[in-house]
Amino acid sequence: MSFLTIERLTKVYDSITAVDGISLDIERGEFVSLLGPSGCGKTTTLQMIAGFVDVTSGRILLEGQDLARVHPARRGLGIVFQSYALFPHMTVAENVGFGLEMRKVNRADRDRRVAAALQLVGLSAMADRYPKRMSGGQQQRVALARALVIEPHLLLLDEPLSNLDAKLREEMQGELRDIQERTGLTTILVTHDQAEAMALSDRIVVMSKGRIEQIDAPEAAYQVPATRFVADFLGRTNTVEGDCAGAAVSVAGETWTVPGGAPAGPVHVAVRPERVTFAETGLAGTVRKRVFQGSQWYFEVESVVGPLAVLAPNGRGRVPAVDEAVRLTWSADDMRVLPREAVR
Amino acid sequence: MSAVAATPGRPATTLRVRGTYAPYLLSLPALAVMGVLLLVPLAMTLVLSLHSFGMYTGISSDYALANYVDVFTDPYFGEIFLRTLRISLCTTLLAAVLGAPEAYILHRMSSPWRSIFLLVMLGPLLISVIARTLGWAMLLGATGVVNQTLIALGLIQTPVEFMYAETGVVVALAHVLMPFMVISVWAALQKLDPQVENAAVSLGAGQATVLRRVVLPQIMPGILSGSIIVFALAASSFATPSIIGGRRLKVAATLAYDEFLSTLNWPLGATIAVLLLAANIVIIVGCNRLVERRYQQVFQ
Ligand SMILES: Nc1ncnc2c1ncn2[C@@H]1O[C@H](COP(=O)(O)OP(=O)(O)OP(=O)(O)O)[C@@H](O)[C@H]1O
Ligand SMILES: [Mg+2]
Repeated sequence: MSFLTIERLTKVYDSITAVDGISLDIERGEFVSLLGPSGCGKTTTLQMIAGFVDVTSGRILLEGQDLARVHPARRGLGIVFQSYALFPHMTVAENVGFGLEMRKVNRADRDRRVAAALQLVGLSAMADRYPKRMSGGQQQRVALARALVIEPHLLLLDEPLSNLDAKLREEMQGELRDIQERTGLTTILVTHDQAEAMALSDRIVVMSKGRIEQIDAPEAAYQVPATRFVADFLGRTNTVEGDCAGAAVSVAGETWTVPGGAPAGPVHVAVRPERVTFAETGLAGTVRKRVFQGSQWYFEVESVVGPLAVLAPNGRGRVPAVDEAVRLTWSADDMRVLPREAVR
Repeated sequence: MSAVAATPGRPATTLRVRGTYAPYLLSLPALAVMGVLLLVPLAMTLVLSLHSFGMYTGISSDYALANYVDVFTDPYFGEIFLRTLRISLCTTLLAAVLGAPEAYILHRMSSPWRSIFLLVMLGPLLISVIARTLGWAMLLGATGVVNQTLIALGLIQTPVEFMYAETGVVVALAHVLMPFMVISVWAALQKLDPQVENAAVSLGAGQATVLRRVVLPQIMPGILSGSIIVFALAASSFATPSIIGGRRLKVAATLAYDEFLSTLNWPLGATIAVLLLAANIVIIVGCNRLVERRYQQVFQ
């Protein structure tokens, strides 16, 4: 029996199906991310677990208990809301202490635990501020402290780091992961930032239009995307058309020998931009765009099989100029071959 | 249009000068209307209150504070001003105690009912104060519906004196002014983030705790500003106290009216009007300052 089980969960608003029959099992101590584009139903799913959005159909079981019969106030979940939802009329310390007050923790213990939680999120100096007088990032950290201080069994995070600057976000990601590993706190993180999902999670759940596209460990989902949507959403992917005969896959006259072989006939070939390299021979093309991204260069090349994205590490060899004629290739290990009709 | 007219040949200064004065020029018509219709009569009332009045001599054109001395020393006037204050405070309290929960219930209603009941709530604003007050007079009279019901239920033996008593005035005024309280609290409720209530629930708060600890403090500014409006309107109300309170139970506004039209002592009437205005301004500005200082830190 999993810690949290979601069975065919569906939410229909008047005309929109926000969540369309998703099923998911989460183990105790696991860190799972719900990842997907805006409007795919991530927040709705989280709010149904929290009990603030009514379930249209399906079940949610926490430690075997059907949550439909547990009032939201007694679910004991730590929640960070997408809009922070801080109490504007309470100071930071009062905000963080509210949950403990509801649990009738005595004054001294409460003060101690609030101070520890604020220390954890680096806001000790702001305990007496009101939320409206803080930056978005600081408010988010207050919300996180408020959710953590009650020591919940399950932590629900709705884009808790979206408003932080890059450096602080990385720090807080590390902090989150540390807390999670130390306390063994089961965590569900909603995010549309794939890097964040991959950096933090044991498993990621890729969602699109209210459905689950893939549930997998981050590397697996990235390396072996189950659907074309996942391939496009988790980093960019070049998809070109080719033909397969036995173990030989040919794309515009170039041939690769694929180890496992593939079904014969027309196929789609998917290759990650970072796997495509400039070479002496290969698919002909012309550089249309070149962008410097610090550690790497990003190119858009108009090739014989259509536009291809290429990522090349900075400082390795010559960098082609815009409008230069180039040739592109990749190794047989880096291509994923799918029969053409199977591709969604 | 002026942007088109400002050809490169023109000196830029004309534009800048016009820019500086434009706000004043543009607000001139409104200022003129305000000045003529409000400030001039007000100033004339103030001047009038300084003149003296004799039963046979009429209004003389001297200037003295005699009227003010009269009002302040005569306990008759003191009692009326005190009653006005008491009625206004009770009305405000009643309107807040009934209006705030009413607005919250309205706020929690689901979509078609909410607008229907909001309309029902604000509907009375469309009916003249006189008509509404006369309605209350029929309900509250010695043989009115309220007293008859209470007697029929055996709760009282003799009719309760609502008419020509402060209770009746307060009840009728609270009803007449309730929409202002509801609108004000409603506006404050619109600004609430529903997720904030959910956050409190997720932390273990029950419904009553959420209301007391999370909702009420957040709509307090709305309740207070509604109270200021209701208080100001109650203190200067005329129609309701004159119908329900009658000749005997005078408040400041009906007193001023009587001095003007019955006694024809215009200077004394003007004095009362000026004092009522001054008291109102002091109380309202004071409360407003208090509210702002208290909530500035929290909500800005
Ligand atoms: N109260 C509501 N009434 C009607 N439709 C809603 C409501 N809340 C959400 N929706 C719809 O449900 C869908 C999913 O919304 P949801 O908030 O779960 O998206 P999300 O994945 O969290 O997106 P984001 O990343 O932008 O936060 C959207 O199409 C949205 O328009
Ligand atoms: Mg969302």
